[in-house]
Amino acid sequence: MKLFDVIIIGGGVTGAAMARELSRYKLKIALLEKEVELAFGISKSNSGIIHPGTQNPSLSLKGRLCAQGNQLMRGLAQELGVDFKEVGELIVIFQEEEKARLRSIAQEAEALGVPGLQMVDRPWLRQHEPNLSPDIVAALYAPTAGIISPYRLVYDLAENAMKNGVEIYTAHKVTGIIRPADYFEIQSTGGIFRSRYLINAAGLWGDEIANLVGIQDIVIKPRKGEEYLLDKKLENLTNHLVFPLPTPTSKGIIVIKTSDGNPMIGPTAQDGEDKEDLATTDQGLNQVLASAQKLVPAINRDDIIAYFAGLRAVAGDDFIIRHENQCPGLINVVGIQSPGLTCAPAIALMVIEILRQHGLSLQKKRRFYKNRKPFTHLFALPLGKANKVIQKNAAYGDIVCRCEMISAQEIREAIKRGATTLDGIKFRTRAQAGRCHGGFCTTRIMKIMAEELNLPCSEITKRGPGSEIIKASRENEANDIT
Amino acid sequence: MIKKLTCIACPQGCPLIAEIGQGRVSKVSGNKCPKGEEYAKQEIENPQRVLTSTILTQGLALKMAPVRTNKPIPKNKILEAMSEIKKLRLNRPVKVDEVIIENFMELGVDLITTRTVD
Amino acid sequence: MISRDLVIVGGGPAGLAAALAAYENGVKDILLLERDQYLGGILNQCIHPGFGLQYFKAELTGPQYAERFIQKINHIKEIEVSLKSLVVHLTKEKALTYIKPGAMQTLTAKALIMGTGCRERTREMIQIPGTRPAGIFPAGLAQKLINIEGLLPGREVVIIGSGDIGLIMARRFTLEGAQVKAVIEIQKESRGLIRNVVQCLDDFNLPLYLRHKILKIHGKDRVEKVTVAEVDDKLQEIPGTRFELACDTVLISVGLIPENELIEMAGVAMDEKTNSPESSELSTTSIPGLWVCGNAYKIYDVVDGVTRDSAQAGKLAAEYLRNLP
Repeated sequence: MKLFDVIIIGGGVTGAAMARELSRYKLKIALLEKEVELAFGISKSNSGIIHPGTQNPSLSLKGRLCAQGNQLMRGLAQELGVDFKEVGELIVIFQEEEKARLRSIAQEAEALGVPGLQMVDRPWLRQHEPNLSPDIVAALYAPTAGIISPYRLVYDLAENAMKNGVEIYTAHKVTGIIRPADYFEIQSTGGIFRSRYLINAAGLWGDEIANLVGIQDIVIKPRKGEEYLLDKKLENLTNHLVFPLPTPTSKGIIVIKTSDGNPMIGPTAQDGEDKEDLATTDQGLNQVLASAQKLVPAINRDDIIAYFAGLRAVAGDDFIIRHENQCPGLINVVGIQSPGLTCAPAIALMVIEILRQHGLSLQKKRRFYKNRKPFTHLFALPLGKANKVIQKNAAYGDIVCRCEMISAQEIREAIKRGATTLDGIKFRTRAQAGRCHGGFCTTRIMKIMAEELNLPCSEITKRGPGSEIIKASRENEANDIT
Repeated sequence: MIKKLTCIACPQGCPLIAEIGQGRVSKVSGNKCPKGEEYAKQEIENPQRVLTSTILTQGLALKMAPVRTNKPIPKNKILEAMSEIKKLRLNRPVKVDEVIIENFMELGVDLITTRTVD
Repeated sequence: MISRDLVIVGGGPAGLAAALAAYENGVKDILLLERDQYLGGILNQCIHPGFGLQYFKAELTGPQYAERFIQKINHIKEIEVSLKSLVVHLTKEKALTYIKPGAMQTLTAKALIMGTGCRERTREMIQIPGTRPAGIFPAGLAQKLINIEGLLPGREVVIIGSGDIGLIMARRFTLEGAQVKAVIEIQKESRGLIRNVVQCLDDFNLPLYLRHKILKIHGKDRVEKVTVAEVDDKLQEIPGTRFELACDTVLISVGLIPENELIEMAGVAMDEKTNSPESSELSTTSIPGLWVCGNAYKIYDVVDGVTRDSAQAGKLAAEYLRNLP
């Protein structure tokens, strides 16, 4: 049996970032993901904010890795061709007295080296953010905040990691881990793997994975966040990410810009027990709407075109990133909640350093492919350029999803790069993510999938086994030729 | 016996009251025009429906060919007619209104296509 | 830039009627753009009867109704039909850009008729709480899966909203062997035509719950059940009336919205409430020489009305072109 140097459990952004960073070295690496596609856990519900480092204490791992991650993300996004936009953020206050809190936030952030912080007043806000509530008296402006597509980041990291030799196994749920000698033997639903080092980046299930090797002191609690997406027509509703003052458990309800254009409002922060409870609620909607309207009064209930709930993996106040001396070779990377997306590239560097300290020999490969083959998104091109693309490849002119202008070629490309489900296609291409929610394009996408994946339509799923779209087909009944 | 029904002969939708004896309609009230009486009699004594569905094709441009009965059939035959239709597979190009099965299920109606399928 | 006398966007019943009427009123250069690979629009999936009673004095199915127009159009060489052609850009000068396989074209239209139809209101628009598993379909998507693709997307179905598409689909699912557990309608009366309530629900003893509301959709990977409750006159839940229905499928049939993002892009004055153009007379818009007809103009009950009014739009465009200097 092949002996891997490093196996990563968990195909969210943390796992994918580590896989990609480790793929610079002469190592045999595998990543195991229990879902049928990557980014189907916590990462798919991420807000997509690249935080500047204003939300966490300067002495916390979260704070330090966030400020570093914000800087690293820029280069990473460029190398991978992921759309990163630096839009800046405003933390707003409604009372003059609250300025002291803004100043202390600014102090913590400055201690982390967050650049460009500025206190802005009412006239500045009126000029730069005209839709903000007139009741807002001042704000802390952090220009280095940005936005990115969380799932596309995961897919692009993973694709690049694979290009550099990482083996990725989806639908491989880890069921048991033993350490028969100086290596781990990992049992999964897809077979047994062996590895010298093991990284636990299993998100909500990080405690269960740790338990498998006898580590009892990690407990992960789900904290639900409901998010509501607004119509793309409101793309310029705000020019910045707009935050209220944070509370002890959350950053509060934010008015978020997204890389897809649709503004988003949320998230709630609701502690629970059920790690699979992804239901949105009436209360959540009302809370999000009221809070967002307090920041931007123009937001209307009818502007909502989509919503979802995600779960944060909470393991105390800070991340847990450590080598387990009682189980040499195991590194836990758990409790990665906000600002985990921002931190991912910095976490990857930190974990590599931990691996080095614990004996992993790191030799750089002679040839590391740092770039990814670009993915042509028709909607992102100016019309003139789109024309050239269509003339070169006719299938780019074969529009499948008309709300978001996604062509048959992009669907095929997404499948070639690993999409096996309707959600996987949506996350990669945006097809089905527009106003009609797939009402017009779902059948066409299913047909393309059936063709490319060589499957009957009845086996096509939304997000893996159990989520098949079709219950029966006439094919199985009709036999009399007429 | 009294039966209430809504006339669907036209979009006015008159609420009809039909008096029934031995399976026959003896009196209709509530209708604003003669069509109402006609409708109530038909609907109670011998309800009929046009059945529309699709049949699977083989080697044609469309996967499903839409079909219908060219005239209404008794309402109680609809489910049986559906199971017959579901068994069919069309393997030749058809024009709209082309007869697929003459005297379908001996009901005195034809099963016809409702779209040209090449 | 290429200039065409009349461009019609949309090859459904509205665009077909407008094209024919414009031709019959003297327009000799007509370009009809259709995004699908067939003409006929949504009629192609409406295989049920009930079309044409007013216009043709015959009871036709959707495809039969469409084909009567398509056959005429196909014989008129002055009407150029471009299929798989999606308009992606429109200006107030009526310059439009469309994409089709292998080509992107920009041209100006002296007169322009938009027959872009409508889309369905979604589960998200009425903000039904709960999870987002497989098995939640806009009714029209389910109709397309069954009627065009021969695929049955559910075995145990709850239908939200008693609009015509929902009623028609209740019958269609039943005929295909699925079980329709309930049609849930928040209003006091069905929103659909009476004949559809009679022939689609009553004929098969399917339960219609009036003054009821769906509170939550449950299920992880596939829909498992829904929570329903009775509501009062203010549409608020009446305490103690909650119940659950097991099902694998939820159809959403809660109304239609005109598709008018293109004219909005061009700067046509819009009525935001209805997503249709502000209009002083039938089919007119704030841009001279630009008409909107069919369900893009307003949501019609029956297609015969679409044909009648869209033909009028075609006639208006012909007059407008005649009067151009």
